[in-house]
Amino acid sequence: MLADFGFGVLAVTFIVTIYSVVTAFLGDRRGSSEMVESARRAQLLTFPLISLSAGILIYLLVTNQFDVSFVYEVTSRGMPAYLRVTAWWGGQAGSLLFWAWLLSAFTSAVTLRKWERDREFLPWVIVVSSITLAFFLSMNLFFENPFARFYQTASGVAAYTFQPAGGIPVTPQDGRGLNPLLRHPGMIIHPPMLYLGFVSFVIPFAFAIAALVTGRTDDRWTRVTRRWTLWAWTFLSLGLVLGGRWAYDVLGWGGYWGWDPVEIAAFMPWLSGTAFLHSVMIQEKRGMLKHWNMILIILTYALVIFGTFLTRSGVLSSVHAFAQSAIGPMFFAFIGLTFITSVSLLMWRWPDLKSETEMKSMLSREAFFLLNNLLFLSVLVVCFWGVIFPLISELTTGQKVTVGPPFYERANAPIFGTLMALMGIAPLSAWGKSTALTLGRALWKPTLPALLVPILAYLAGFTNWIALTGFFLVAFVIFVTLFDTYRGARARQRAQNEHFLTALGRLASRNRRRYGGYLIHISMMLMAVGILGIELFQTETQGTLAQGDSLQLSGYQVQYKEVASWDDQAAGVNYTRAVVEVYKDGKWLGELHPRIDHYFDSQQTMTIPGLRSTLQDDLYILLVDWQPVSAGGATFKIYHNPLVNWLWIGSLVFLAGMLFTSWPDRDPSPIPVRAGKHVRQPAAAD
Amino acid sequence: MKRYLWFALLFTLLTASMAFSVLAQGSSPTDDEVNAIAKQLYCPVCENTPLDVCPTLACKEWREEIRSMLADGKSEAEIKQHFVDYYGARVLAEPPRTGLNWLVYVVPPVLIVAGAFVLFRALRNWSRPSDPEADTASDEPQPAPDDEYIARMEADLKNKR
Repeated sequence: MLADFGFGVLAVTFIVTIYSVVTAFLGDRRGSSEMVESARRAQLLTFPLISLSAGILIYLLVTNQFDVSFVYEVTSRGMPAYLRVTAWWGGQAGSLLFWAWLLSAFTSAVTLRKWERDREFLPWVIVVSSITLAFFLSMNLFFENPFARFYQTASGVAAYTFQPAGGIPVTPQDGRGLNPLLRHPGMIIHPPMLYLGFVSFVIPFAFAIAALVTGRTDDRWTRVTRRWTLWAWTFLSLGLVLGGRWAYDVLGWGGYWGWDPVEIAAFMPWLSGTAFLHSVMIQEKRGMLKHWNMILIILTYALVIFGTFLTRSGVLSSVHAFAQSAIGPMFFAFIGLTFITSVSLLMWRWPDLKSETEMKSMLSREAFFLLNNLLFLSVLVVCFWGVIFPLISELTTGQKVTVGPPFYERANAPIFGTLMALMGIAPLSAWGKSTALTLGRALWKPTLPALLVPILAYLAGFTNWIALTGFFLVAFVIFVTLFDTYRGARARQRAQNEHFLTALGRLASRNRRRYGGYLIHISMMLMAVGILGIELFQTETQGTLAQGDSLQLSGYQVQYKEVASWDDQAAGVNYTRAVVEVYKDGKWLGELHPRIDHYFDSQQTMTIPGLRSTLQDDLYILLVDWQPVSAGGATFKIYHNPLVNWLWIGSLVFLAGMLFTSWPDRDPSPIPVRAGKHVRQPAAAD
Repeated sequence: MKRYLWFALLFTLLTASMAFSVLAQGSSPTDDEVNAIAKQLYCPVCENTPLDVCPTLACKEWREEIRSMLADGKSEAEIKQHFVDYYGARVLAEPPRTGLNWLVYVVPPVLIVAGAFVLFRALRNWSRPSDPEADTASDEPQPAPDDEYIARMEADLKNKR
């Protein structure tokens, strides 16, 4: 009964959403502010409605209503309550509803803002975001109903939205339980973060389309959505990092990123979003690249939907799964329609979006930003093609192929290297004009100490030239960033007669985007250290050990002590836990406990590593196989992952940088000052 | 589960057929030697999980097959080819460089070079109309607000010089 009510609420929400699209459209065409206001209120209504529907779903999940097929698929009696709540996004139907709920929340937040200076955008922002919302709701309503229930009919038990003729309701005793891989804390936060990132990119896209439709060619839309974009990018980045951490902790292959199509699906909008984040600054500073920014945000939106499509439609396992899944073709059609419509709008407005200034120099900051864009899009091309090619191959020749890590690594490594070099050079180039001389003058000081790093590394025994180049670039970017910050703070110190630290603090807090950006650049370099370490210097060994025997790897000695296996009936898991002693150069470091967890309800096995993590390296031990102690030994696989911890440390610095950059100002709508010195003008200069 | 069992059965038969030669050779290759090859292979069942870390039974059997082929004195290339012959090109981490598969390697560089060319042309067109003296001329727009202190600092540095 309750499930039907939940479904009914969703249906009503869908109608309300369609109403808001139509009314906003007509309101704008007829110039009726009452209609636009009505559309706005209808839009605001969707949030409480979807929340109600989601609340009902959560109630069903928490109270073990296994007659609802979604509840049956993602929960079981053994699961703790908090996991039953997070099971909401643990399956197809629920995650689509979760997407819709987040989108509704974001759109509501945006419609609640003050619209004095850009009222003409309002109807079109509603149209775009509500069409997207309506699409996701329709997926839930017509194809993936989270409230469908089991009925026994002549042809067997199946889930139906409405009771079929002669169908008898069926309630299974227990559910199948959430995929154990998804029971990890990282996996509880990782999907919401990714979805938040995906969903919040809809908002800048909606404003971009509004700007195109209304013909407002200034940079208003980028200014309004600057923070949205930053937050979207933050969430997406955190989602990716958390996904990496989860893979490292749970998947048991010694790494954090496997160039899996599902990972790439989330990585692609990040790439175009990162390009957008940079190039939008050129539009704000120089009034250039208006077309390009439109293209980037349209691309990002398309990739957001495409990413959801890739992960949700089953197309990746086989193009034929795509044809079988009902939502696959719908997603495909939606991406196509929105993309063609957006691009047509852009073509229509193309002549109006002229640059206000001209490019002055190939060495100016805007030229470097364009190069940055080219590089990000190059990675995007590699990723897109790598994901798409197996589908093309299967469709045209019927031959299935794998495009795996070697392809992506070979293609992307040099591009990332160039990006790092650019990250060092660009901040020292000036807007508008810059010559080789001025740039060289700014660069030589930080370059010299950076050169010391690879030299020292070489003397310390590193001979891998990729690593040496990588270490140089990392040092280069970090020194440039610190040097430029120091220069700025010194200048302010002298000009204002302040203490150096005061000057530094004030400088940074008044140019938060710049210095937050610097912090993010540094965080990326720390992450690069971790990536270089694990990618270039990872070593591994595997062996079957009798009790008391050891394996040696990179100076570590891992000795097998014992193994025990027991059932935890309440949790529905069988644990097999090995105890190993770790020594380094003869010194005892401690015990580690690699595990194999076997979940009864889902019949799945997880390999949980025993992990010893230091700033220098990680020792990552997997229990691959085992026999009872009396019968023989246990097989262990050991990875030595140098420097990988810097990847996670870098992520934390990244988060700090993002918070610093995008934390709301006291003044809710900061307007940059066009002229004059440190006067913070209220809303007027726009 | 069923298809795993079928795979297991298949592999057992395959490996059993090689058992004699293994016995004849005596010494067994180490796990690391097996993994070095398994790392480069993907089984058709477990998507995107390299064979060396795949925990399924089917993949375990594959690894045993590699081991016995190694014991047989087969080379890495021969072993990989053996799996390709049986299960198709999808077991390789990258498409083999034949026929249509060339597209996967050719398209990205072509697009990137084309992009670089377009960008270069655009930059040149943008910079050409402006007076070459513009670099030193002071007709620049006001320094953007974020750069307020930087501008001041640059002026400061200039004075010092």
